[in-house]
Amino acid sequence: MNRITATSRTEFRIALRNRWVAISIAMMALFSLVLSAAGSSATGTIGADRLSVVVASLTSLAVYLVPLVALLMSFDAIAGEVERGTLPLLLTYPVSRIEVLLGKLFAHLAILALALATGYGIAAAAALSVDPEAIAGLPALWRLMWSSVLLGATFLGVGYAISALARRSSGAAGLAIGIWLGLIVLYDLGLLAAIVADNGGVFTTRFFPLALLANPADAFRLFNLAASQATSAAAGVSGAATSVPIWASLTSILVWPVAALAFATAAFRKVIP
Amino acid sequence: MTPTLTLQCLTKTYGAQRALSDVSLTVAPGERVALLGHNGAGKSTMMKIILGLVPFDSGELQVTGAAPGAPEARRHVAYLPENAAFHPALTGLEQIRYYLSLRGESPSLAMELLNRVGLGHAATRRIGTYSKGMRQRVGLAQTLIGKPRLLVLDEPTSGLDPVSRRDFYELLDGLAADGASILLSSHALTEVEARTDRILILSGGHLVAEGRLADLRRRASLPISFHVTPRQGSLPEVHLALPEAAVSGDSLTLTCLQDQKLGLLARISQLGSKVADIDIQPPSLEDIYSHFSKRDGQ
Ligand SMILES: Nc1ncnc2c1ncn2[C@@H]1O[C@H](COP(=O)(O)OP(=O)(O)OP(=O)(O)O)[C@@H](O)[C@H]1O
Ligand SMILES: [Mg+2]
Repeated sequence: MNRITATSRTEFRIALRNRWVAISIAMMALFSLVLSAAGSSATGTIGADRLSVVVASLTSLAVYLVPLVALLMSFDAIAGEVERGTLPLLLTYPVSRIEVLLGKLFAHLAILALALATGYGIAAAAALSVDPEAIAGLPALWRLMWSSVLLGATFLGVGYAISALARRSSGAAGLAIGIWLGLIVLYDLGLLAAIVADNGGVFTTRFFPLALLANPADAFRLFNLAASQATSAAAGVSGAATSVPIWASLTSILVWPVAALAFATAAFRKVIP
Repeated sequence: MTPTLTLQCLTKTYGAQRALSDVSLTVAPGERVALLGHNGAGKSTMMKIILGLVPFDSGELQVTGAAPGAPEARRHVAYLPENAAFHPALTGLEQIRYYLSLRGESPSLAMELLNRVGLGHAATRRIGTYSKGMRQRVGLAQTLIGKPRLLVLDEPTSGLDPVSRRDFYELLDGLAADGASILLSSHALTEVEARTDRILILSGGHLVAEGRLADLRRRASLPISFHVTPRQGSLPEVHLALPEAAVSGDSLTLTCLQDQKLGLLARISQLGSKVADIDIQPPSLEDIYSHFSKRDGQ
């Protein structure tokens, strides 16, 4: 445990010096501000309190941003150590590889949570300041917060796995962009195309909900939208949110971080420094 | 006393390339062993295998009584990699504090360790601003953490200035006196000669020689050279008495084998006052090294 916290502290310090903490906080704060400003015109029409509306748009934002920030923080985690030549020495210490990974994970998660808390906090403050009813949306915001951290943990794990598999920072960066595009953008487009082609057949009723649950980002979106009162405010794939039970999406967002970390550990064990 | 390190018929190949062939050796507690060999001889590979970083093909290997890389072995072994590298954004102090925590030691010992390697003045500067020798000292400082029973040091003095080298070997002497075994590789033959108990020479992955320097010198039985300077004007007479000598300027040069040394010396001293001076040069460490390390003679 001591070794994990020591690793976390060191990683956090490095991220602080590399401006990663500042960059991710500024990015989340900026996007939340923009969203709050844009959302302020569309209130009152849906019958939901303003914070619930903001949470719905924050969810759509987080689906893109959280995996991106997580991958950017993690793609260099192992490949960078290999390239700098710091890995052989580290691995001669009485510390196991999973402890190294957990140490990095906790540091990166802390940074991500800090950035999310800042961003979501700004959005909540903006909503509360104009609409006293917005208090009703706080549970939804809290749910968004912890599920965003879980989503971040999944993509941090994916990033470490990529980093261990690629063994070079440049290769890992390319893979990370590819994974982000594939899982976050193309996956949904592909599903939509399939639904259109299927025209209400077996795919739409049977496989589509499973396909959504299999993708951590889609499961995250489903979970937050299904739990939110403002489902109708969101667009796109989220129409399916009603057809998938909430326990299913919850299970998906809980299992994914563990699976991703297990995958990362297996990949890291194969690295010969 | 049980050896700290035992290798038996260790073999390692990288694809078709043989990095180590049938290497056997033992290192006792408190022993300082130097590993010599040409570039690519397999020194770093052997060290990485001992540390459990790189798997090996066949043979047996015990490190402080455990398998290489086992938690038990890692607790007792310290390593200095060939090109010690650290995260440039951390300060020397932060880096050493981290390593101390990983070994379960108190991070507050970091400053003392850095002072021991003469880096106290730069402890709070980022490692990215350090010179090569300063980085090497950070590497040395971390090998002193805890009480390692085996130190594996890959070219520990590369990048160190002459005074620091001397200080470094004094540090090693202290560790060895406390019972730590030391395995170090080096290309600096003269310092190894004075500062280690035993020498191993690797060549093309084979262990071609092993022993104390005096033993190796005897085994190589390389010629000893004599420089005889005759008194003014007696060069022809001296040359007549030592016909096998070669004349170079106003002195004579001749070589003989180890066991002929005393006989030759007696012949020269018989010449009495005709000889002004004699210089005897035993084979240099470089000569002995290249005798054993001939790459073609495997
Ligand atoms: N990862 C690797 N993959 C393939 N071959 C390797 C690898 N590491 C080392 N080798 C080969 O193994 C042999 C031994 O290399 P090693 O690094 O042990 O030499 P060395 O004795 O430390 O040399 P130097 O004095 O230059 O440090 C070399 O032929 C090298 O090319
Ligand atoms: Mg080497």
